[in-house]
Amino acid sequence: MGLFTELKDSISRATDRLFSAQEPKRIGIYGPPNAGKTTLANRIARDWTGDAVGAESHVPHETRRARRKENVEIERDGKTVTIDIVDTPGVTTKVDYEEFTDEMDEEDAIRRSREATEGVAEAMHWLREDVDGVIYVLDSAEDPITQVNTMLIGIVESRDLPVLIFANKTDLEESSVKRIEDAFPQHKTIPLSAKEGDNMDEVYDNIAEYFG
Amino acid sequence: MPKATNADDSDAPDGVQIDLISGERMDGMATMEKIRMILDGVHDGNIVILEEGLTPDEESRLIEVTMAEISPDEFNGIEIETYPKSETRDSSLLGRIMGGDETEAKLTVIGPANQIETLHKDETLISALVSRN
Repeated sequence: MGLFTELKDSISRATDRLFSAQEPKRIGIYGPPNAGKTTLANRIARDWTGDAVGAESHVPHETRRARRKENVEIERDGKTVTIDIVDTPGVTTKVDYEEFTDEMDEEDAIRRSREATEGVAEAMHWLREDVDGVIYVLDSAEDPITQVNTMLIGIVESRDLPVLIFANKTDLEESSVKRIEDAFPQHKTIPLSAKEGDNMDEVYDNIAEYFG
Repeated sequence: MPKATNADDSDAPDGVQIDLISGERMDGMATMEKIRMILDGVHDGNIVILEEGLTPDEESRLIEVTMAEISPDEFNGIEIETYPKSETRDSSLLGRIMGGDETEAKLTVIGPANQIETLHKDETLISALVSRN
């Protein structure tokens, strides 16, 4: 290989590294339905960009398509971390349209359940192929030891992805952060209330540390 | 595996079929073959018990395919519970060299969501309450 070609290759490799290091990391927000994923995504997006990611609701499967907020710049200790937030539908093994008929008519309930099933499938696919790190949101008032939570954390571990577990809804009386720490002791658990905005400084410190 | 009974068949016995699938049967099967076998059983209303469970990746694909097959008033998904790998097993270097991690069995129970009333797991027991519809 000639000197010129070697030099060109070397510059090209250095440029590739430079640009890949600057590309925002895609951070998927995962967890079961109604854990507060969209509330957290909106809180982060509003704090750093002024815009929300999507609508929030108490009805399960309000988020039925993965939604991305790009180039969210989080500044901690003078350093800026840029991430793309991907808010995903809550993962579940079953979707029954009759669960929604109290809130809407049957036709809308069927449409909602169809969209939800497509969204869950899409979220699973993204987790295996398309995210660089995971924020796993759990409702700290609920039992975290479920098949879906164990499976999703297992995929994250098998892909060696950085993961932070957020014990959300600490504003609720029944909240138990320890129950979540005990369920997944191999990962860092950060308590927060995305709804009230409690403990968000620690949330941002850890996002910068884990995904920066 | 015996042929699954059809719920609409008037000659079918009034009961719930349980398919206990050995690890040996699953060996050498591709992921989609495993998933098809499981979901075909569940669609027929059977409870499927796997002697050796699925990997997290296979479970995620099972959920993905399940979602694609959900339809109103016909099939609304699955219930699934698994014993995770034992944490008390020898995970030392010697244990791994001796193949300890490779032979660990995981018991997995999968059934149709509309027939399993409850699927409860504790440290030593998976308990399923199944309705006959």
